Amino acid sequence: MELLGLYNYWIVVFLMMAGFYVVIARGNLVKKIVGLNLFQTSVFILYISMGKVEGGTAPIVEKGITVYSNPLPHVLILTAIVVGVATTALGLALVVRIKEAYGTVEEDEIHRQDESL
Amino acid sequence: MIRQHLPILQVIIPLLSAPLSVLLHKRWLVWGLTVLASMCAFIISILLLQQVLARGVISYELGGWAAPWGIEYRIDVVNAFVLVIISAIGAIVPLYAARSVEREIAADRISLFYTAYLLCLAGLLGIAATGDAFNVFVFLEISSLSSYILISLGHDRRALTASYQYLVMGTIGATFILIGIGLAYMMTGTLNMMDLARRVPAVADTRTIRAALAFLTVGISLKLALFPLHLWLPNAYAYAPSTVTAFLAATATKVAIYLLLRFLFTIFGAVLSFEEMILHFVLMPLALVAVFSASIVAIFQDNLKRMLAYSSVAQIGYIILGISFVSVTGLTAGILHLFNHALMKGALFMALGCVVYRLGSVRLRDIAGLGRRMPWTFAAIVIGGLSLIGIPLTVGFISKWYLVLAALESQLWWVAVLVLVGSLLAVAYVWRVVEAAFFQPPPRHAAQYQEAPLSLLIPTWILIGANIYFGIDAERTVSIAQRAAEWLLRGPS
Amino acid sequence: MNATTALWLTIAVPLAGAALVVVLDRRPNQREGATLLTAVALLALVLRLWFALQAGETPAKVLVETLPGIPLALAVEPLGMLFALVASTLWIVTSIYSIGYMRAHHEKHQTRFYCAFAVALASAMGVAFAANMFTLFVFYEALTLSTYPLVTHAGTQEARRAGRVYLGLLLGTSIGLQLFAIVWTWMLTGTLDFRDGGILRDAAPPTVIGALYIIYIFGIGKAALMPFHRWLPAAMVAPTPVSALLHAVAVVKAGVFTVLKVTVYLFGIDLLAHSGVSEWLPYVAAATILIASLVAMSQDNLKLRLAYSTVSQLGYVVLGALLANAAGIIGGAMHIAMHAFGKITLFFCAGAILVATHKTEISQMRGLGRSMPITMAAFFICSLSIIGLPPMGGMWSKWFLALATLDAGKLSLLAVLMVSTLLNVAYLMPIPIRAFFSSDKATATGIKEAPLPCLIALIISAIGCMLLFFYPDPVYRLITPVVAR
Repeated sequence: MELLGLYNYWIVVFLMMAGFYVVIARGNLVKKIVGLNLFQTSVFILYISMGKVEGGTAPIVEKGITVYSNPLPHVLILTAIVVGVATTALGLALVVRIKEAYGTVEEDEIHRQDESL
Repeated sequence: MIRQHLPILQVIIPLLSAPLSVLLHKRWLVWGLTVLASMCAFIISILLLQQVLARGVISYELGGWAAPWGIEYRIDVVNAFVLVIISAIGAIVPLYAARSVEREIAADRISLFYTAYLLCLAGLLGIAATGDAFNVFVFLEISSLSSYILISLGHDRRALTASYQYLVMGTIGATFILIGIGLAYMMTGTLNMMDLARRVPAVADTRTIRAALAFLTVGISLKLALFPLHLWLPNAYAYAPSTVTAFLAATATKVAIYLLLRFLFTIFGAVLSFEEMILHFVLMPLALVAVFSASIVAIFQDNLKRMLAYSSVAQIGYIILGISFVSVTGLTAGILHLFNHALMKGALFMALGCVVYRLGSVRLRDIAGLGRRMPWTFAAIVIGGLSLIGIPLTVGFISKWYLVLAALESQLWWVAVLVLVGSLLAVAYVWRVVEAAFFQPPPRHAAQYQEAPLSLLIPTWILIGANIYFGIDAERTVSIAQRAAEWLLRGPS
Repeated sequence: MNATTALWLTIAVPLAGAALVVVLDRRPNQREGATLLTAVALLALVLRLWFALQAGETPAKVLVETLPGIPLALAVEPLGMLFALVASTLWIVTSIYSIGYMRAHHEKHQTRFYCAFAVALASAMGVAFAANMFTLFVFYEALTLSTYPLVTHAGTQEARRAGRVYLGLLLGTSIGLQLFAIVWTWMLTGTLDFRDGGILRDAAPPTVIGALYIIYIFGIGKAALMPFHRWLPAAMVAPTPVSALLHAVAVVKAGVFTVLKVTVYLFGIDLLAHSGVSEWLPYVAAATILIASLVAMSQDNLKLRLAYSTVSQLGYVVLGALLANAAGIIGGAMHIAMHAFGKITLFFCAGAILVATHKTEISQMRGLGRSMPITMAAFFICSLSIIGLPPMGGMWSKWFLALATLDAGKLSLLAVLMVSTLLNVAYLMPIPIRAFFSSDKATATGIKEAPLPCLIALIISAIGCMLLFFYPDPVYRLITPVVAR
C-alpha cells in the first residue's frame, strides 16, 4: 500500500490545507493567526518526517549504533519553529493593538470602520 | 586580514548593532549607531563589489566549516551589485529618518524603530550575501518580521491592519519558500546553493524538484509583490511611516527579485526553469498585466503614497518582464531596473515624506498650489516622476531603453509597444501631481507651509542626483548589470 | 573663442540665463535685462559657429558617453545651423516683445515664464546641434517639458486641459513611436549617428525601411502632421510671446527640422527614393496642408486661425522632406526660416491687438487699421510672405517646393501647393483688408497702438521678412551642401 505508506505526507497536506482554509475563510484576526500556525506546523512535520531513516535511532554517538536518523532537518526546523513563535507573537501583538485602535478583532467590522472614514 | 572577512561583516555589523541599540536606548545614541552601522555596511559592499569585479567570486566559509557542510557566503557579481543597492539606500535612509521619524513616530518608540530598522537591514543584506538556501529563509524572516514592526509604527491606525495583512501573506509566502527548500533538500540532500545547483540536474525530471520550483516561485512572487500576489503592498506602503516606505520600497522587493533570479537561474538553471517548466510563459503575461493594471489603478488614487505604491507594483512588472525574456539584454534590463527603480522610488517616497512632514497628509487635494511654497520638495517629485516615466537623462530612460531593446531582440515587437504605452500611463499619474502642485491655486492657508528642513531635503536630493547621474552616465551600471546577466545565464560552473 | 567651446556654450548660456532669471526673481528690470543679455550672447555664439562653418570647420563635441556606443554629443551641420540661427535671432526679438506684452498684460508668474523660456531655447539649441538621434531625442523631450509650464501658464481649468492635450500628444508620439523607432534603428545598425547618406542603407529590406520611416514621421509629433496636430491649437492658450516664438518657431520647427534630419542623415534621400514610401507618404502631408487650411478658414479666433495656418505650413516642410529629392530638402529647409519670420510677426500682431484692445476674435477687428496702423501694416506684409508672394521671403521656399514636386513628377502635389496658396489668401487677407477698409468705427474709439517694445519687435521681424526676399542667398548657400554631397 504505497498510498498509505506515505501517510506522513497526507497529514502534512491535510494540516496545510486546513490551516490555509482558516487563514482565508475566518474573519476573526486571532483565528487567522491560529490558522497560520497550523499552516506552518504542517511544514515542520514535513521536515521532521523527512529526516527519518528506517531502523535508525536518535543521532547520538554511542557504541553499536550505526543507523540513525538525519539530524539536520530537525535542527533546521528548530530554527523554523523559533521563527514561527516570533511570527505568532508579533501577529498577536498586532491584534492587541488593532483591538485597542478599532475596538474589535473582526475583519469585516474593521473594514466597515475604515470605509466610513 | 579584515578584508577576507568582509562577506560576514557585511551582515553581522547591522545584526549586532540591533541588540546593542536596545541597550543604548538613548534616542540620539541609537541614531548615531544606526548611521555608523549602515555606513559601514555601505563601505563594505563597495569594497566587495570592487573585489568581485577585479578577482571574481568570493567564497567565505562561516566559522571555518567547509561548504557544503558549513554555511557558505558566496558573493558574485549579481549579489555584490544587489548588496550595494541595499546598503546604499540603507545608508541614506537613517540620515533622512532623524527628522522624519520625529514627526511620525511616538517619541518612546523611536529607539526601537532604529532597532527594527537595523534588523531589517541585516536581514536583507543576509539574504543577498548568503550561499545557503536555508540561511535565506532565516534572513528572510528576520527582515520580514522587522518590516512588519516598521510598518505598524505608522500613525494612522490602518497601518496596523496593513501590517497584519502583510504578516499573514508574508508568512504564507515564507512558508512556501520553506516548503520549496525542503523539497529540494529531500531530493539532493544539500542546502548549499552551489551544491544544489550541481545536484539538481540529475534529479530534474522528478515531480518533487518541479514542485519545489513551483513552491519557491510562488513564495518569492508573494514577497516581491508580483501581480496578482501584490495585495499586501499598497496598504503597507501607504500607511507605513514615510522613512519606512522609502526604505522598503527601494530594498525589500528588490531583494526578493534577487532571490527569484538566484533560484531560477543559478540553482535550478535556465534550462529547467524556462525550457522545461516554461516559466516565462507565466511570468511575462503576469508582468504585463501588472504594468497595466497597477498603472491604471495608480491613476485613480487620491493618496499619493498609495499611488506610488501601485506604481511600484507596475515597475516590478517591468523588472519581471525583463527577466522573462531570458536573454542577456532582457536580464540586463531587469537588473538595471532593479537598481534604477530603487533610486526612483527611494527618492520619490522621501520627497513625499517631506510633504508629510509639513502637511501631515499626502492627499492630492491637499497639495494644490504648494509647488511654490515647497519648491525643492516638489522639484524632487517632478524629477523623480520624470524618471519613473522614462524621460531621457534619468535612470528610468536607461531601463526603458534596454527593455525595449530586449523585446525587439526577442522579436516581440508588441511587447516593446506595450512597454512604451505603459510609460505613457506613468505620465498620466505623475502629471496629476505636477498639475496639482504647480498649476492649481493654493488654498488660503497655504502661506503657513514652508519648505521642508534641510536634513530631509539633502538625502532626498542625493537620491535625485543619483537618478540624474546614472541616467547621464550609465556605462558603469550597464556594464555591471550586463556582467551579472551573463553570469546568471551561464548558470553554475 | 574656440568654436568647440562655443558649441557647448550654446546650451550652457541659456541655461545659465534661466538660473539668473530665477535668482533675480524680485527685480523685474534686471531679470528682463538678464534675458536680453542671454539672448544676445546666444546669437553671438551661434554667429561664431556660423563663421566657423563657412570657414570649413565642423566643430563637434562629445559631452558624455551615456550608454556604450550612444554618447550625448553635439556637432554643427548646415541644417542645424539654419535652425539655430533662426531660433536665436528671433529670441532676441521675442524678448523685446515679451517685456512689453507681459507687463502691459499684467501676467503673473513672470519669473517662471522667462525661466522656462530660456530652458526651451537651450533645448532648441540642443536639437539643432545634436550629433546623433539619441541626443536629438533628449533635447526634443526637454523642449516638450520646458514648454509645458508656458502652455499652462494661466493655471486656469482651460489652460490645464490644453496642457494635458499638449503633453499627452507630444510625449505620446515621442515615447510611443519615436523612441520605438530609435531603438529599432539602433538594433538594425548599432549606431545612431547622423551621417551623410544615412546609416540605414543595406540594414534592412525596403518594407522594413518604409515601416520604420513611417513610425519616425508620425513619432515626431512636433511636426504636427495630421492626425497628431491637435496639440498645436491647444497650445494657443499660452501667452502670445510663447505662441510666437515657440509655437511658430522653436517647437514646431524643431519638429520639421527633426523630420529633415531623419530623412537626410538617418535614411538618406537615395534610400527613401527607392523604398517606395516617398510614393504615397507625401499625400499625407498634402492632406494636412489642405485640411488645416480649410480648418483655418473657419476659425474666428485669430490665434487659432494662425495655429491652423502653422499646421498647414509645417506640412510644406514635411512635404519637402517626404519628396526625398534635392529641391525638396532645400525648399523645406528654407521654409523653416521663411515661415518663421512671417508667422512670428503675425503672432506679434495678434498679441499687440490683444494688449491694446483685448480683442481675440477676428470678427471684432474691423476698422482696427485706423487706430493701429503699424501693427496692421506689418500683419499685411507678413501675410504676403506666408502666402508666398513677392516681395517677401516666403516666395523662395514655395518656389523650391514647387520645383521639387515637378522633379518628383507629381503634378497633383503641385496643384495642392497652388490651391493651398489660394486658401492662404482666403484666410489671411480678409483680416488686414477689413481692418483698413471697413467703415465700422465703433471699435476704433480710444484705442492706441500696443506698447513700444511690442511695436519695435514686430517691425524688426517684418523687416527681416522682407530682407529674406532680397537676400535669400546666405540661406541658400548654407543648405546646398546638404544635398550636394
